[in-house]
Amino acid sequence: MNIIVCVKQVPDTNEVKIDEKKGTLIREGVPSIINPEDKIAIEEAVRLKEEFGGKVTVISMGPPQAKDALIEAYAMGADDAILLSDRAFAGSDTWATAYTLAQGIKEIGDYDLIFCGRQAIDGDTAQVGPQVAENLDIPQITYVTDLEIENKKVTAKRQLEDGYSIIETQLPVLLTVLDGLNEPRYPSIKRIVDAYKRENTVKVWSTEDFEVDKDKLGLDASPTQVYDTFVPTHETKGEMLEGSAKEKVEKLIEKLKEEQVV
Amino acid sequence: MDFNLSEELKMSKKVYEEFAKKEVEPIAQEIDESCEFPAENVKKMQKADMMGIPFPQEYGGAGSDTLNYILAVEELSRACATHGVILSAHTSLGAHPIYKYGTEEQKEKYLKPLANGEKIGAFGLTEPDAGTDASAQKTTAKIDGDEYVLNGNKIFITNAGVADIFIIMAMTDKSKGTRGISAFIVEADTPGFTLGKKEDKMGINASDTRELIFQDCRIPKENLLGKEGMGFKIAMATLDGGRIGIAAQALGIAQRALDETVQYVQEREQFGRPIGKFQGLQWEIAEMATKVEAARNLVYKAAKTKDEGKRFSTEAAMAKYYASEVASEVANKAVQLHGGYGYMKDYPVERLMRDAKITEIYEGTTEVQKMVIAGSLLN
Repeated sequence: MNIIVCVKQVPDTNEVKIDEKKGTLIREGVPSIINPEDKIAIEEAVRLKEEFGGKVTVISMGPPQAKDALIEAYAMGADDAILLSDRAFAGSDTWATAYTLAQGIKEIGDYDLIFCGRQAIDGDTAQVGPQVAENLDIPQITYVTDLEIENKKVTAKRQLEDGYSIIETQLPVLLTVLDGLNEPRYPSIKRIVDAYKRENTVKVWSTEDFEVDKDKLGLDASPTQVYDTFVPTHETKGEMLEGSAKEKVEKLIEKLKEEQVV
Repeated sequence: MDFNLSEELKMSKKVYEEFAKKEVEPIAQEIDESCEFPAENVKKMQKADMMGIPFPQEYGGAGSDTLNYILAVEELSRACATHGVILSAHTSLGAHPIYKYGTEEQKEKYLKPLANGEKIGAFGLTEPDAGTDASAQKTTAKIDGDEYVLNGNKIFITNAGVADIFIIMAMTDKSKGTRGISAFIVEADTPGFTLGKKEDKMGINASDTRELIFQDCRIPKENLLGKEGMGFKIAMATLDGGRIGIAAQALGIAQRALDETVQYVQEREQFGRPIGKFQGLQWEIAEMATKVEAARNLVYKAAKTKDEGKRFSTEAAMAKYYASEVASEVANKAVQLHGGYGYMKDYPVERLMRDAKITEIYEGTTEVQKMVIAGSLLN
């Protein structure tokens, strides 16, 4: 079973502060980590490889330092790592990112499963996984919290806000996974040593190394343009109810009904 | 000396930090109180290949070096000094002598399972009457056909109750003094080998420390480590390496005591402002931080000297002597600066102060380290 995992290196938002004036994240001195749900994706892929055999390839689009995230994925058990890195990719929104990743995946070829984390903690869009599936024209199951594979068939539990659905489909398929699907392992120190001993543990691909339509890359090709970012102000307005205790309770119940709380 | 960590070491350190924060710190106080050996965490450390960091991969290790292993002990100890000593005693005292002095057969049989973490190692030198004077060994090993027969007692043995493989020193020829001491590999389930009760200690409570009792304990002749009479040399060389591990444990404790204090003095308010605004306390913090950094330099230097294949006894002794004194001093000051709260078990500095003390005592007291250092200068 050959599995591809899309990962993103993100700032550890637990340690991020926001520049209130500029409305942007202060990234200086903030450690970079593998997006937590992508770690779940890596773990699931490595477990399936251990069960069924095959190969796990991790792929990321990002600046050169995203290599660290891929080495960590290698140390968790991935076999190959590919970093799509080129100035031409800078400023990509989810549409351009998904296109670029899908082209990279086409170049890798020969896959049965693609795993993505549901969403990245720095962008929270949850769009890249589904868009990659669309670009590749394969089925997708999002928000997966449980998974079974038998006879080239996937049965997945898809978590919804008010319940879940069980979805079955043929391979190949793209799955986006949620926290709770598994407990990701720690990277192996032995594999970290190997990663740095080997040459080219992470293969870096620029636009020259795989087939891409240069008009579909980066900021210029991104339909989403950010004009402004700001920190939302929280205004919580309280309302005082007047009258006797009985009247206040009645008013309160009325209000709650109005707001459809009860 | 260049302490810029390589990419491999930086990535490894990140793993240790994450492991310490997520797995170790949350149980540190609990196991300090329960005295329960953190067996589950040791299993997790095995899975992440942390139990044989400096040994070659062909012997089941991670294939890295002493400095990497030292970073692991430091980061674990920062969260919980018990975890630090478990790893240090296992790696430096249990596995390393087999790596350095073992035959290929011994490495295959004993080093592999130790380095890959399937088994836990321990080391028995100290006896009731042989502490700093390690040459006064009373445990004997007499050859009888294809076997050695061990008799005697070892005390204060770290990992004793959980270890599978022990390195044991015993007299094979009393007439030769220290040159009559030999080293042996003893398996835990060997008939005639039993354990005493678990010691009730001041600190590092979840570390399983016991007496080892040998009564006509027969071990195969091929479990002699090195040659007959090499035991004292093996023990001393092993402790040289072990001391870097304990120095790293002390460093981890000291760093944590500093971290806790830096945070506390900025939160705690007296006389209308955080106590960290008072210059008297600032000077204390500055002294603590400087000493911790000086200790770190000595510890990393000792590890690097060992990795470079040079003689490192003096460096290891200096690192252990200094880092352990700094650990005790900084933990003591941390409690002082926390005031009454620092004396309460609700704050980790109370545990740090108790845990710090042992680093000045085991694997050679501070006084022994000074003997080693002076000995290297004065012939």
